[in-house]
Amino acid sequence: MNIVVCVKYVPDAQSDRTFNESDNTTDRVGVDGLLSELDEYAVEEALKLVEAGEGEVTVVTVGPDQAADALKKALQMGADKAVHVKDDAIHGSDAVATSLVLAEAIKKIGSPDLVITGMASTDGTMSVVPAMLAERLGLPQVTFASELSIDGSTVTIRRDGDAASETIVATLPALVSVTDQINEPRFPSFKGIMAAKKKPVEEWALADLGVDASQVGLEAAWSKVESFTKRPPREQGQIVTDDGDGGTKLAEFLYAQKFV
Amino acid sequence: MAEVLVLVDHANGTVRKTTSELLTIARRLGEPSAVFVGDEFDAAKETLAKFGAEKVYRVENADVTDYLVAPQAELLAQLVEKTSAAAVLIPSNSAGKEIAARLAIKTDSGLITDAVDVQAGDGGGVATTQSVFAGSFSVKSTVTKGTPIVTVKPNSATPEEAAGAAADEAFEPTISEGAKGAKVTESKPKEATGRPELTEAAIVVSGGRGTGGDFSPVETFADSLGAAVGASRAAVDAGWYPHTSQVGQTGKQVSPQLYVACGISGAIQHRAGMQTSKTIIAINKDEEAPIFELVDFGVVGDLFKVLPQATEAVNASKG
Ligand SMILES: Cc1cc2nc3c(=O)[nH]c(=O)nc-3n(C[C@H](O)[C@H](O)[C@H](O)COP(=O)(O)OP(=O)(O)OC[C@H]3O[C@@H](n4cnc5c(N)ncnc54)[C@H](O)[C@@H]3O)c2cc1C
Ligand SMILES: Nc1ncnc2c1ncn2[C@@H]1O[C@H](COP(=O)(O)O)[C@@H](O)[C@H]1O
Repeated sequence: MNIVVCVKYVPDAQSDRTFNESDNTTDRVGVDGLLSELDEYAVEEALKLVEAGEGEVTVVTVGPDQAADALKKALQMGADKAVHVKDDAIHGSDAVATSLVLAEAIKKIGSPDLVITGMASTDGTMSVVPAMLAERLGLPQVTFASELSIDGSTVTIRRDGDAASETIVATLPALVSVTDQINEPRFPSFKGIMAAKKKPVEEWALADLGVDASQVGLEAAWSKVESFTKRPPREQGQIVTDDGDGGTKLAEFLYAQKFV
Repeated sequence: MAEVLVLVDHANGTVRKTTSELLTIARRLGEPSAVFVGDEFDAAKETLAKFGAEKVYRVENADVTDYLVAPQAELLAQLVEKTSAAAVLIPSNSAGKEIAARLAIKTDSGLITDAVDVQAGDGGGVATTQSVFAGSFSVKSTVTKGTPIVTVKPNSATPEEAAGAAADEAFEPTISEGAKGAKVTESKPKEATGRPELTEAAIVVSGGRGTGGDFSPVETFADSLGAAVGASRAAVDAGWYPHTSQVGQTGKQVSPQLYVACGISGAIQHRAGMQTSKTIIAINKDEEAPIFELVDFGVVGDLFKVLPQATEAVNASKG
């Protein structure tokens, strides 16, 4: 079973995230970044599947130089090899272009049995790259899996929907996105950290994928950010300490604000 | 006027409020045409007409209803071509976003997800507003290629009535074999709580680890306000409340008129799901809890004392 996991390098949610003033793109360089926490679940699930059988886990990222850190973490967790697609032309790409580059990279890696992604990136939280990738690769897509099992040529997942808990079956090869309910990602062990140093990391540019620079980047984006405004920080309101009448005061506030 | 396609969100023909919102928005951009997938159109017709749908493309094809999102993207792509639609509006839930994503690739069109406002653009097209980075930035965008495809969050417009003909037009899409690769084989319906749906509710009352697993004061207070009940991940992970009620980065993003956090510390991942709420209230034992940085009103105290007292006062004021 050969699995490709898409991992993204994102600005640390604990630090202040912002935009580049010059071109309205997400600032990924000026802030500390890391492997998107939600993609750790995808890596873990791939490792578990391969450990239970055989095969290989390849992690792939599209991102700037620093994105190598995200690959390193995935290799330390146990992935077998990594592919880093980087090219100055990619800066400012939207999900449409990112999915194009990822799709071409996955084709070049070979035909995996399974492509696993996170449920959303912690910076964009669009949750659209998985569906776009599936569309481009012509794969069935099963998203937001909170349980996953493989049986011969099918993958079965459970998904917690609003109206129902669903079981969904897809034929392999397929693309699955996983939620943070699916497993508990491992911490890299000392052995894993040492082993990762010797694992292959391939670096590909757009030309290696046959993607033209005009298809990606800010200029090629199909939607355009016209402006952004920082929401004024919320001003702290009134805080009362409960001296036996906290609930009453709360109700008075609700009444004054016309919620009751 | 050009048609604007609105994908109808419904449960057995009962049209959800988000659809009335989308039809209201569609009228700003052109002439609303609803796309109804399923065989309960009769139940839906009245609502669709009331909110201004001039046409309804009705799709009863079993291939569409059985196979998740891929066939819906295919049928919408076929309708976009047939109608030369000015825009496509889709509800911003997880299935909606996936349909939109696939449709964008199929039709070579720009996509905007999770819009909180949509207006007609200056030179045609659409001008959208999104809220990003856990609500800390508000971003205005336009679509520069193809047919604008926009997924819109609940509560992004106040539904306004406007009579439409809701002319019924059966549409028979061609669904490819490839789109049938994933199928729902089993579906266990959730128990109905009788409370409003979390992402659509005007008021949300959430409980966290501070409830110690006893959600009854949270639920009773919520019911006094007609509110939906949410939970922090800590409460969900402990098995106290279902995952579908989780508010936050990996749960639901809510933006109600009023959000009440009970026994929730206010971790960044929780804030990501609630900090665009209009008014925020917190009850927490710890006066240092970060949630208090966000609140309009906060009570430092024990939720097991404060909530029952507040519930009683609210019920009393209703007389
Ligand atoms: C990848 C990732 C995704 C995540 N996604 C989410 C998400 O979507 N949603 C989410 O909520 N979290 C999410 N988290 C978890 C988040 O980081 C916090 O751990 C979680 O929100 C904490 O929940 P809590 O506030 O209920 O618990 P705690 O942080 O333990 O806070 C409990 C609070 O209750 C107070 N308290 C205790 N007893 C009482 C009482 N009797 N009366 C009043 N107050 C009391 C305490 O003072 C404390 O402030 C995520 C984390 C990760 C790593
Ligand atoms: N630049 C990228 N490189 C690799 N994987 C990505 C990239 N962007 C998105 N993904 C994958 O797509 C998932 C969803 O991302 P998004 O649609 O941006 O919310 C992530 O969890 C990743 O698995």
